[in-house]
Amino acid sequence: MDVQTLTYLIVGVTFALYIGIAIWSRAGSTKEFYVAGGGVPPVMNGMATAADWMSAASFISLAGIVSFTGYDGSVYLMGWTGGYVLLALCMAPYLRKFGKFTVPDFIGDRYYSQAARTVAVMCAIFICFTYIAGQMRGVGVVFSRFLEVDVETGVYIGMAVVFFYAVLGGMKGITYTQVAQYCVLIFAFMVPAIFISVMMTGHILPQIGFGAEMVDAAGNGTGVYLLDKLDGLSAELGFAQYTEGSKSMIDVFFITGALMFGTAGLPHVIVRFFTVPRVKDARVSAGWALVFIAIMYTTVPALAAFSRVNMIETINGPDSTGVSYKAAPEWIKNWEKTGLITWDDKNGDGNIYYTNGDANEMKIDRDIMVLATPEIASLPAWVIALVAAGGLAAALSTSAGLLLVISTSVSHDLLKKNLMPDISDKEELKYARIAAGLGVVMAGYFGINPPGFVAAVVAIAFGLAASSLFPAIIMGIFSKTVNKEGAIAGMLSGLFCTAAYIVYFKFVNPSANVSDNWFLGISPEGFGLVGMFINFGVAFAVTKVTKKIPDDVVAMVESIRFPKGSGEAQDH
Amino acid sequence: MAFENEDKANGYWSENLRLVLKLLAIWAFVSFGCGILLVDVLNEITFMGFKLGFWFAQQGAMYVFVALIFVYVAKANALDKKYNVHED
Repeated sequence: MDVQTLTYLIVGVTFALYIGIAIWSRAGSTKEFYVAGGGVPPVMNGMATAADWMSAASFISLAGIVSFTGYDGSVYLMGWTGGYVLLALCMAPYLRKFGKFTVPDFIGDRYYSQAARTVAVMCAIFICFTYIAGQMRGVGVVFSRFLEVDVETGVYIGMAVVFFYAVLGGMKGITYTQVAQYCVLIFAFMVPAIFISVMMTGHILPQIGFGAEMVDAAGNGTGVYLLDKLDGLSAELGFAQYTEGSKSMIDVFFITGALMFGTAGLPHVIVRFFTVPRVKDARVSAGWALVFIAIMYTTVPALAAFSRVNMIETINGPDSTGVSYKAAPEWIKNWEKTGLITWDDKNGDGNIYYTNGDANEMKIDRDIMVLATPEIASLPAWVIALVAAGGLAAALSTSAGLLLVISTSVSHDLLKKNLMPDISDKEELKYARIAAGLGVVMAGYFGINPPGFVAAVVAIAFGLAASSLFPAIIMGIFSKTVNKEGAIAGMLSGLFCTAAYIVYFKFVNPSANVSDNWFLGISPEGFGLVGMFINFGVAFAVTKVTKKIPDDVVAMVESIRFPKGSGEAQDH
Repeated sequence: MAFENEDKANGYWSENLRLVLKLLAIWAFVSFGCGILLVDVLNEITFMGFKLGFWFAQQGAMYVFVALIFVYVAKANALDKKYNVHED
């Protein structure tokens, strides 16, 4: 069978599986729709959280980014995993004990204020939309690359599938579908990584092969370590040392921090810990989520290094002067067709050549690193088909999780708790489904007409989560004094400073976006951490000069601090 | 109230805070410390074919994160039992 038939087959089977699960687990009440009835076993919840977390960007782009930036890429690896430690230790158990449905629920109740709730709802909706636009685009790209349909058609198919199981199944349908999607995506990611690790280093585990000696085609050791080879190649071609990177230490520090604290403030991740039966389960399911995420995230840098060496050696040849275009491997020509690799024969010698600076003849898009790996390593056709199904699983699972937060924010936080407090459970469920439907349509629109600023707004999403929601939740749990005035002033000032800094450098004056102009050398991506400190500072200062918090709120804080009496996620 | 008296409630919370702070200190040390601030010093050491600082940044910190959560789960559950505030 050729690659295309196999891809149709594997993608078709996985889609049928997702839809089957959705029909089996459709939601009948708001509680099932919002938090899957609060009865998801912790290991499954961990798996679903991992699938929710690992988006098309993680699956397709992350290894490419690390591959092209070396040590600098560590900010994503540590940032996007370290946040789970904060979630497990400082948030998940307490929010589960609190026992309602959403992050704005907690902020609204803890700070006894509709205004605080509304600020939280706005942050949640904005963060989710930022994310989802990119996911639908990912679906479209995978479809167009591997199934040779238009990007638009791909987006429509993706919309239809997500609509079906998110609108029908709510959190319950999404959770069980995500468990299946995790299995598909991790298998699809690991198979090529293991193949390539065995080929280059003789080790089955990419995490070990990453640091090991390289082997030749016959499997004999060459005495050269992979990372030394990579540093040597980088030096020779005029790039920064692979293991040292080129960002300043303070910037690496702040970006890692902003991503960690931002992760712990993302509403679609936090809501996951409302779906388990007990406080104990919330703790351990954060652990399982990180195990399932770390399987992929520790493989990413290994794959990045393997493909970097592979790519440079294939293009520049054994004597590092470039190989003849005519003799170049098939994958270079395949990807040239998509426009993601371009060759410009500057010195007219008919050879392809990759280096840093003006003599470089190859433009290579970072996004092809994972998708092209099976071809670069000449793996069998079914592996290529599997990677396509994996990319789709990653994009669909993340979109569905985000859609659910958007629909919950609208039907529960905005309508039920704000504008229309008298609606029944049935009506609320209807509005939740309508909101999810509208969300799918809007996401599809952005997928087909992608705004040019998607990459820039992801920095905003993490920055806002770190500077607004994260501190408000932490102070809500660990302080019995921070009051309504303090929390609102803190959220708004953190939000405003971070947004102003990012918008200035990304949109108002992009040409000034260089380290000389940055505050203390901190790039817009890392400014969320500064915003977080501003939020904490302002909140404590304002609390000092305003009224004490009511006694019943103090009692509520005391009651979420220990597990006993958690019961099921409360009905409302 | 689930605790027998005020002292027990305060005792539980301060033990819990100490546990969390201890684990977060390790969390910060392996990532912000070994992976970022001390990276140049640690890169002088070779570990399983890696420069050690680089290994912490791209591998080691993540393994420690996973371990920290499971240690927390075990210790927090034990603490709940000690003060009799665990779930049934």
